[in-house]
Amino acid sequence: MNGVPSRLRCDWIGFKTIIIREFGRIVRIWGQTIVPPAVTATLYFIIFGSLIGRRVGRVGGYEYMQFIAPGLIMMSVITNSYGNVVSSFFGAKFGKHLEELLVSPLPNWLIVLGYVMGGVMRGFFVGTVVTIVSLLFTRLALAHVFAIVSAALLTSIVFALGGFINAMFAKNFDQISWFPTFVLTPLTYLGGVFYSTKMLPNWAFVVSHANPILYMVNAFRYGFLSTSDVNLTLAYAIMVTAAAGMFTLAVVLMNRGTGIRE
Amino acid sequence: MHALALRRLTKTYKNGIQALKGIDLSVDEGDFFALLGPNGAGKTTAIGIVTSLVNKTGGTVEVFGHDIDRELEIAKSCIGIVPQEINFNQFESVFTIVVNQAGFYGIDRRLAKQRAEKYLKQLQLWDRRSAAARSLSGGMKRRLMIARALMHEPALLILDEPTAGVDIEVRRTMWEFLRSINAQGTTIILTTHYLEEAENLCRTVAIIDGGRIIECDSMANVLRKLQAETFVFNLRDARTDAPRLEGFRASLADDHTLEIEVSRGQSLNDVFAQLSAQGVGVDSMRNKVNRLEELFIRLVDSGSKAAGARAV
Repeated sequence: MNGVPSRLRCDWIGFKTIIIREFGRIVRIWGQTIVPPAVTATLYFIIFGSLIGRRVGRVGGYEYMQFIAPGLIMMSVITNSYGNVVSSFFGAKFGKHLEELLVSPLPNWLIVLGYVMGGVMRGFFVGTVVTIVSLLFTRLALAHVFAIVSAALLTSIVFALGGFINAMFAKNFDQISWFPTFVLTPLTYLGGVFYSTKMLPNWAFVVSHANPILYMVNAFRYGFLSTSDVNLTLAYAIMVTAAAGMFTLAVVLMNRGTGIRE
Repeated sequence: MHALALRRLTKTYKNGIQALKGIDLSVDEGDFFALLGPNGAGKTTAIGIVTSLVNKTGGTVEVFGHDIDRELEIAKSCIGIVPQEINFNQFESVFTIVVNQAGFYGIDRRLAKQRAEKYLKQLQLWDRRSAAARSLSGGMKRRLMIARALMHEPALLILDEPTAGVDIEVRRTMWEFLRSINAQGTTIILTTHYLEEAENLCRTVAIIDGGRIIECDSMANVLRKLQAETFVFNLRDARTDAPRLEGFRASLADDHTLEIEVSRGQSLNDVFAQLSAQGVGVDSMRNKVNRLEELFIRLVDSGSKAAGARAV
C-alpha cells in the first residue's frame, strides 16, 4: 500500500537469502562438498559390495549390494547435512560474519531454519550423487517414494540441527570434529547400514535398538526394498520428535546467545 | 524524537568486569554524534548492546522509540552498523556481500542490486565488485563495510572506529561521504580514536570512561570548557633553557622547541610580547594537540585520578 514490504515478506526474502548464500557456498567449494562423498561411496561399493559382498550372500532376501545401497545413501545424507551446517555456522562464527545475520531483523528461528535448509540441500545433493553411483553397481526400485523422501528429509533435518547445535557450543575447530568422530560415525556404522540387526546376537540386537540412526536407515531402506528391521511408526515418531526437539533447543540457544553473544 | 535513548544501561561480563555502570544517553534524530573514550571505556560494549551483539545486564535501549526488549526486529531494521573489526566473509565477492546483506533486511534482489551499484559507486568500489573481499586493501574493506551498512538505508548509522588504519586521503573521502549522508537525514553515531575526526564531523559529543559518561554536550559547549591549551613554538635559535614568562608555564621540548600552556583568559599577544622582549625569535607556532584531544586527555586524566583517590 505504502510500498513498505510486510514483515512476513521481509522474513521470506531474508530466509531465501540465507538459502541462496548456503547454495553458493556448496557450489563454490564443490571439491569439498560433492566430490569426496561420491569417491567414498564408490570405494564402499567396490570393497563392501563387489569384493566382500559376494562372499556374504543375501541379506533380508536381497543381494548384499542392494541391501547396503540405501544405507550408504543415508550415511552420506547424515554426514553431509551435519557437516554442512557445522562448518558453515562455525565458520561464520569464527570469521565473525555471523554478525551480519545477528544484527539483521531476521528472527532467530528463521536463521536456524535457513541454515538447516542449507544442510538439507547438501544432504540431498550428495544423496542424489551417491544414488547415481550406486546405480552403477546395483539395481534400486522406488518401492515407496514417500518413505524415501520423508525419511531422507527428516533425517537430514535432524542432523543439520545437530550440526547447528554443535557449532553453537564449539569454541574451536577441534570441538566441531569431536562429535562426528566419536559419536556420529560410530552410531552410523552401527546403525544397520552394512548389516541387518537380525544377524546380531541378542544383546547386540537390543543395544542396536537404542541407536536412532538404525530407525532412520531402516525407514529409508523400506522405501527401496519394502523391508525393515524396525517398526516404521516408531521410526517416524523418533525422527519427528528429534527434529522438533532439536529445533526448539537450537532456537532457545540462539535466543540466549549461547556461544555467539557475550 | 530520539534516534537512540539509553537509560541506566549496565553490563557486567561473566568474568565480573563491569563494562557499563548505568549509562544514560540520548542522541537526537539527525545528529552527528561522537562517542569517545579510551580503550576499554565501554564504547564497543554499548554499541554491541544497541545492535544486539551483546546481552545487556540492566537498563533500557530505545531506537526511534522502539524498545529492544519489546520490538527488537523493528529496532534492528532502523540501524546500520559498521563494526570495528572486519566481519564479512572474506571468500565472497564484494557484490555478493552487499546484496546478501540487503536480503537479510528483507530487500528484494532487484532493488538490492540497484542499491549495490549506487553505494559501491559512491564508495569507489564498483570496479572491484567481482573481487573476493580478501583481496581488497584495508581502506577498501572499511568502505565495503560502510556500503554494506547502508544497503537497507538505515535511519541510524553507527560507525565503530571506521577510519582505523586508513590513510589520510581515504579518511577525508570517507568524511565527505559521511557528511553527505548525514545531510540527507541519517543520524550518525561515531566512535573514533582520531579526535580531529570527531571535532571535524560531529555536532554532539559524549565522553565515556570506566563505564560512565563523564561528559555529554554539544561540541561547541564541550570545547568551551577547555581551560587551557598547549602551544608549540619553533624557535629561530637554539636554547639550553626555557625563557621565564610571567603568568605562563613554559618548557623546552628540545633546543629549538618551546611548549607554553595558555589558560583561558590569557592572551597569546602577551606571550609574543614577552618572548620579543627577551629576544627569543619564533619561526612558527601550532597547537600541541587539537582542542578536543586536549580536553579529552584532561577529562580522562582527572577521571582516573578521582577513581584512584576513591580506591585509596
